[in-house]
Amino acid sequence: MICLGIEGTAHTFGVGIVSSKGRILANVSSTFVPEKGGIHPREAARFHSAHAGEVLREALGRAGITMEDVGLVAFSMGPGLGPVLRTAATAARALSAFHGIPIIGVNHCIAHIEIGRLTEGARDPVTLYVSGGNTQVIAYDAGRYRVFGETLDIPLGNCLDVFAREVGLQYPGGPKIERLARDGRSYIRLPYAVKGMDVSFSGLASEAVRRYRMGADLRDLCYSLQETAFSALVEVTERALAHTEKREVMLTGGVAANSRLREMVRMMAEEHGARFHVPPPELSVDNGAMIAWTGILAHRHGVRMSISKTQVLQRWRTDQVDVPWRR
Amino acid sequence: MLMKKGAEADLFLEPFSGVLHPAGEGMVVVKRRVVKRYRIPEIDRQLRESRTVLEARLLSDAKKAGVPTPPVYLVDRKNTTIVMRFIEGKHVKKVLGRLRPERRRRICVEIGRMVGRLHGAGIVHGDLTTSNMIITGEGRIYLVDFGLGSYDRSTEGRGVDLHLLRRALQSVHFRIAERAYRDVLRGYKLEMGKAADEVIRRAEEIEKRGRYVEKEERPWR
Repeated sequence: MICLGIEGTAHTFGVGIVSSKGRILANVSSTFVPEKGGIHPREAARFHSAHAGEVLREALGRAGITMEDVGLVAFSMGPGLGPVLRTAATAARALSAFHGIPIIGVNHCIAHIEIGRLTEGARDPVTLYVSGGNTQVIAYDAGRYRVFGETLDIPLGNCLDVFAREVGLQYPGGPKIERLARDGRSYIRLPYAVKGMDVSFSGLASEAVRRYRMGADLRDLCYSLQETAFSALVEVTERALAHTEKREVMLTGGVAANSRLREMVRMMAEEHGARFHVPPPELSVDNGAMIAWTGILAHRHGVRMSISKTQVLQRWRTDQVDVPWRR
Repeated sequence: MLMKKGAEADLFLEPFSGVLHPAGEGMVVVKRRVVKRYRIPEIDRQLRESRTVLEARLLSDAKKAGVPTPPVYLVDRKNTTIVMRFIEGKHVKKVLGRLRPERRRRICVEIGRMVGRLHGAGIVHGDLTTSNMIITGEGRIYLVDFGLGSYDRSTEGRGVDLHLLRRALQSVHFRIAERAYRDVLRGYKLEMGKAADEVIRRAEEIEKRGRYVEKEERPWR
């Protein structure tokens, strides 16, 4: 069976096509970049609906199939921005109804983990999932993916974006901060906030901005911001690893592209004799293939949905999702 | 002998006589905060030193407030090491799920009282999980690992403690989590009195701040 997965939770609208054997036949996406400021949900949704058709056509073309060959439509049902989620859901429902194909809504955060388990051979990892909209430490335990740590305020990607914007760096700020950080020489002490297994980044972002306005060197600040934020994240991941006694660590999400963060998580994993996994960039960022694959897993284990049960869930928590394929 | 390789420290179980004084008896725990290569030395050194000194103070102040904690024998800032008495017993994390409901209820209420006494003394633990509680053969519960603790009288700090405890109960003892947490709160109120309500409300508020918390949404079931 072939599953077509539609991702739409934030900036990215993506379509992935995956076979039930786990072969990724296509993974195409289009990303909304705001002209200025942060993401506006309605603008992003408008962008997605304008580009949905071409992304879908290109994905089918690359996979060399038509809708006739598709046996299942999956879509990101949450969590995410309401208007954006509804756009992807509408596209999925239209395909499902028009072509008479079953539909399944999947959890976006769990899809990030499942695609890594598929392509990286991770079996049962502690996952650090960091993006513009999410920061969670997740591990499977007794029937559910459980959140062992998360941000108490803003996600890491958001912290980096806010800082970048305030100091005049263009979106996406993460890669630019990373580049500048390489030339940072001296560490400027910034608030380090680990609360148990959780982290907090809002104080860090505002203090970094304050220091910039006071005249601190931007390269030093980027360096210090990264080191402080990443140290806190790696520490909570390490705590979850020690707590769950698992043997694998996976890093995923948009910020997984940061090579300093990858290096730090890898070193931590090595210190604990755990294997380290990180999916390739196109599968770490938001993408349709992960949605398609998770749809296949759910469908294979008896999950069925009627269109009337596909309302999006903006705040769908990772630990509320039934994951029969892991039992 | 290496007893536990924790997230931030190694714990060694050694005879008192070997570590402190030849005439001593019994066993001690040597807690050494280890260098983390993944973080830069500036952050690493600062975190390890400050946490070592602070933890020793918190352990002793908590005890003064009536919360059983291991007595501290030695604090070595340079080597980021604390030597304390070994508390023999089992982790509450390991036993809580297996106990009979009546006994579990008593233990949860006692945990709540301990947290209440701690907060009353102006201390928050910072990592209140059931793996940081040890129950002895006589049924006495010790609170250990104040590595993330602080002196903090704010509702926010206390709320985070309760929130963490609730989360820990949910992630390990999810079948009995809600009941257990209610019992903890009963004990907490016994110690904190009226002040407890504000903290409990704050803990709920903190939980809601986590981005995706809402009413039960379970479309697949």
